Amino acid sequence: MIELRTPFGEDAVRKLKLGDTVYLTGDIITGRDGMHERAIENVRQNRPVPEGIEESVLYHCGPIVARDGNGWRVVAAGPTTSARMNSSEPEMIRKFRIRAIIGKGGMSAEVGEAMSETGCVYLAAVGGAAVSLAESIIGVRGPEWSDLGMAEAMWRFEVEAMGPLIVAMDSEGNSLYENVMSGLIRDI
Amino acid sequence: MIKLPEPVDQIVVNLLKAANTKLPQDVGWALEAAAGWENDPMARTQLGAIMDNVKKAESLGRPMCQDTGIPIFYVKGRFDSSIGAEIRKGLKKATEIIPLRPNTVDPLTRRNPGDNLGKGMPVIHYIPTDDVFTEISVLVKGAGSENMTRLAMLNPSDGIEGVKRFVADSVLDAGGRPCPPGIVGVGIGGTADECVSMAKEALMSPLDSDNGDPVLKELEEDLFVRLNSSGLGPMGLGGSTTVLGVKIRSAYCHTASLPVAVNIGCWATRRAVARITDNNVEYGQGAEL
Repeated sequence: MIELRTPFGEDAVRKLKLGDTVYLTGDIITGRDGMHERAIENVRQNRPVPEGIEESVLYHCGPIVARDGNGWRVVAAGPTTSARMNSSEPEMIRKFRIRAIIGKGGMSAEVGEAMSETGCVYLAAVGGAAVSLAESIIGVRGPEWSDLGMAEAMWRFEVEAMGPLIVAMDSEGNSLYENVMSGLIRDI
Repeated sequence: MIKLPEPVDQIVVNLLKAANTKLPQDVGWALEAAAGWENDPMARTQLGAIMDNVKKAESLGRPMCQDTGIPIFYVKGRFDSSIGAEIRKGLKKATEIIPLRPNTVDPLTRRNPGDNLGKGMPVIHYIPTDDVFTEISVLVKGAGSENMTRLAMLNPSDGIEGVKRFVADSVLDAGGRPCPPGIVGVGIGGTADECVSMAKEALMSPLDSDNGDPVLKELEEDLFVRLNSSGLGPMGLGGSTTVLGVKIRSAYCHTASLPVAVNIGCWATRRAVARITDNNVEYGQGAEL
């Protein structure tokens, strides 16, 4: 078991190996389809993006968030299917040097290539474990781009011992998903 | 004890609360059994985290998954045309108070009304019967699993082997995306639209209910064993627990057709049922539609 604290750089990422179990502490941001499109569009148009995307840990998550006084309370926050972001993620990783992506179900070989090029890993959270994962969120700020709606907006979470997260794609282009898929027994 | 029936919108809130916060008993048992057999250490970690999450969701009364999905309603028995409006009212209320994530959007503009309603939402299927009760069932369907839905119009000569091949490929090609281990709903026959509906309706049946058709029952068992021997495992990370069950419904079809549909339920296959009579409401978490 590895305890990882954000922010971390390329060196820390390169040390993580396929199958490692990680518990994460520190600041992370959320983003799904809408946030990816918006961030990339803004960079292409030379418009500013919210701070905190650069070298971040990006959580593929559309949380349920409730008002709590002047702030927010996260009710449930499990990972969403990462494959939906396959087409935009390589550019996100290269432009913002994203250091880790947390999601479920894995991503394409093209994303793996960008990850190995810049130093980024894919951490698999347990799909649907939304209450346990929300319990590890000790602070929430945001949202940025609230016009995208609760699920698609960019939230900032402070997490403590978030996990278990499995290193399912490492920074050398290896993918646990690919290993499993290529070894599947399909006999019928 | 006889409890006077509550208004239908409140019953709908109760159903959505139950479905989202409490995993049906049969699904919970299947997960526990799987955790007992599973040898792969990573798969055991995944199953352990799932069960831990289920317990927390129930004790805290919170949705077990942030994707509180799109609820699909089935209204069976006796009812009148006002029930649709009551269901919509209940869903809007439930979205605020449980709370549920506002998931419905215009398909093209992606505008989100924020209340889980909008044109055509929620989907309500009506099944009028001569029974003296009204049964409202709800299946809560997240997009991770729903997006993996497949329909094939096979050739009749593809036969039962073709059906098996298509179901197995649909589940395995989906990989970890629909949050395995879940329930595989299969529709065989009917017309294209009816076939997909049957695949979804199959997910409402409790895992321990028996398929009345011996041929379908054998097919369910065969696919269950083969899919769990595939090596896909929980979340697609490897292991011997890929599905908790396979449920099949069938209907006669055109002599030139063999439609097959697959609609997967994630490990959090969330359902709830209320049977309403003149002086009572009985709640459960599975139904034979």
